[in-house]
Amino acid sequence: MSATKPRDDRRAAWWFLAPVLVGFAVFYGYPAARGVWYSVTDYNMLNTASYVGTENYAKLFADEKFWNSMLVTAWYVVLNIGSQTLLALGVASLMHRLTRSVVLRATLLLPWLVPNVTIGLLWMWLLDTNLGFVNQLLHTFGFDPVGFFTDETWAMPTVAGINTWAYTGYTALLLYAGMLQIPQYLYEGAAIDGAGEWRMFRGITLPLLRPVLALVLVVSMIGSFQIFDTIAVTTKGGPVSATQVIYYFIYQQAFKYFHMGYAAAAAICLALILGLLTAIQMRMLRASRSDLA
Amino acid sequence: MNRRSRAGAALLSLAVVAGLAACSTAEEEPGAAVTLDYWLWDDNQKASYQQCADAFTKANPNITIKISQAAWTEYWQNLTTQIAAGDAPDVWTNQGSYYPQFVSSGQILDIQPFVDADKVDLSQYQGGLADLFTKDGQRFGLPKDWDTMALVYNTEHLKAQGIDAAALKDLTWNPTDGGSFEQVIAKATVDEKGRNGLDPAFDKTKVKVFGYLPEWADGSQGQNGWGNLAASNGFTYLDKNPWGTQYKYDDPKLAQTIDWFKSLSAKGYSPALDKASTLSRDSLLNAGKGAITFAGSWMINSYLGEGAKLKFAFAPLPAGPQGRKTAINGLSDAIWSGTKHKDEAWKWVKFLGSADCQNIVGGNGVVFPAIKSASEKALAAHQGKGRDVKVFVDEAAAPGGTFFVPITEHGNEVSQLVQDAIQSAILGQSDSATALKKANDQVNALFK
Repeated sequence: MSATKPRDDRRAAWWFLAPVLVGFAVFYGYPAARGVWYSVTDYNMLNTASYVGTENYAKLFADEKFWNSMLVTAWYVVLNIGSQTLLALGVASLMHRLTRSVVLRATLLLPWLVPNVTIGLLWMWLLDTNLGFVNQLLHTFGFDPVGFFTDETWAMPTVAGINTWAYTGYTALLLYAGMLQIPQYLYEGAAIDGAGEWRMFRGITLPLLRPVLALVLVVSMIGSFQIFDTIAVTTKGGPVSATQVIYYFIYQQAFKYFHMGYAAAAAICLALILGLLTAIQMRMLRASRSDLA
Repeated sequence: MNRRSRAGAALLSLAVVAGLAACSTAEEEPGAAVTLDYWLWDDNQKASYQQCADAFTKANPNITIKISQAAWTEYWQNLTTQIAAGDAPDVWTNQGSYYPQFVSSGQILDIQPFVDADKVDLSQYQGGLADLFTKDGQRFGLPKDWDTMALVYNTEHLKAQGIDAAALKDLTWNPTDGGSFEQVIAKATVDEKGRNGLDPAFDKTKVKVFGYLPEWADGSQGQNGWGNLAASNGFTYLDKNPWGTQYKYDDPKLAQTIDWFKSLSAKGYSPALDKASTLSRDSLLNAGKGAITFAGSWMINSYLGEGAKLKFAFAPLPAGPQGRKTAINGLSDAIWSGTKHKDEAWKWVKFLGSADCQNIVGGNGVVFPAIKSASEKALAAHQGKGRDVKVFVDEAAAPGGTFFVPITEHGNEVSQLVQDAIQSAILGQSDSATALKKANDQVNALFK
């Protein structure tokens, strides 16, 4: 390093940060503050909002539909994150250890590039009970038809499966990028010591991937809590609120019933829960520290 | 991250669009040319109303009509947002389940003074339609069209099953054994071995064509199925319509009707809800998976038009213990109370509600206009194309043969509560009477 006194870049830094900060303030900060305000009013878009104190929150905690939607969302997150992360880990290790083909990597991303509404429609037709290809296939093998979207036990696993299909490639790519940072010599050393692929995966890949895995888990969990489009296209929350996730609940309250205050209260609760879950996850996985350092 | 940034992008584009929309409504000096914004949601009708707008501008050269069309869900969201932003269209198309909240928040102009001053003949409209859009002596729109319900069936399939088309003209129904309607449905149901529903060897687990296709996402009104039969069984939705405050979904006559529908799927004549298709009934009928279902007159062009893959025909609804009852529904045009051009907007609404415009719409054979003579024109237009749709008009004209679908506050919440209750009854999570009683209590609690 040279001996000259480092220039103070902090003033210049603000100029570079300004576009992002302004965007954040206008599109996130301000709406969020408005949201907090609406959550303590009786705003319904057509009236002038007036302060009602904690009434919306009290009503929300007594609303069985709200709790049901929380449960339903949790069930979805477990199904979706579980299957998506496991599959993505598998796919990423295969890419990492077996092939480095760029074509293959690009292909994995394809489902992620398709708009969610298109994915919803595509699977709605494929899985339809009467006209769908999947049920024709089941029928050929002598099984009874399954109402993937209309049977209350199947509806949520089906939606979770569709989103797993859509996002596995993307998640796998993130994990794969993380795996590329693991020094190759560790694997070579392990191979000389006679470790098999599974042993190397458990002993090298997983522990060293932890910070990346933690980030991927947090990001995909937040995304998963925000499941909306697939449900809005396919089941619309049905049958009998079996897929009425929290976002759909908020959407219904806000844009169908125009209970803006109530919907804002539900949204604030969701934000708090997500913040809490993220904090717990980051702590448990010690995401800010890497074992490579 | 990706979903967040997409949502951000969507918001940004919304903001841009909203900004553009705001720019388009420029201020005008009095006396100068006026542009009225007019909104509707049905893309099939846009061309007809454009013709009306052209005719209107010809007669009133200083007024131009700018028609905007958006799909159903977006239509109401946009409208509410625009009203909240103080920049709503001058005139928009209204419908029963959404319009009460605009009335109670004072967003719709009372046109009764205009109607009185211009002596608009309210008797020219199909009976009762004009009254749907009144409250406490105020009037919030003039009727533009109506729709009724009928049975639609696959003609060749029924013929092959030995069901005479003439026999469909006067079907009967009751909640106990389903009357001749259930007999026809049973006969039209075919299993994979080609046996029909009346055959003792009929295999209900391997049905190839269902005799009847139900609609279970049918809100609180059951317009596409249970509502019509329940009404013919003596059920009424609420204490008074429009603007009732006491619903009666706990009426055993409704529960009986739901139980009958449930029995159809238990017998294999219609698909069970948990094995039902998420696709629309007309796709299933077109794929030959079903034989009969209910259809509204707004579906005429889907079933009899060039897009239909099979041959279909309409038959009157079955007559229940209280006779034949069809839901009738109508739309109206409303003026925004915040419009800067009240007189011009009224002129346009008056024109939309007049024979001059409704004859144009009727002549295109898209909907049945509210004015009786214009309805005849629509009927003639359909007949000119070789489509037999007389049943819809006959049902609308039959004395005591129609009932209006409810118009009350909280329409959308009632819709969800009742639909969930009926679905849970059909799925067997709860029996019909209990589910409906619970839903009815929740519905009526909304009005307290």
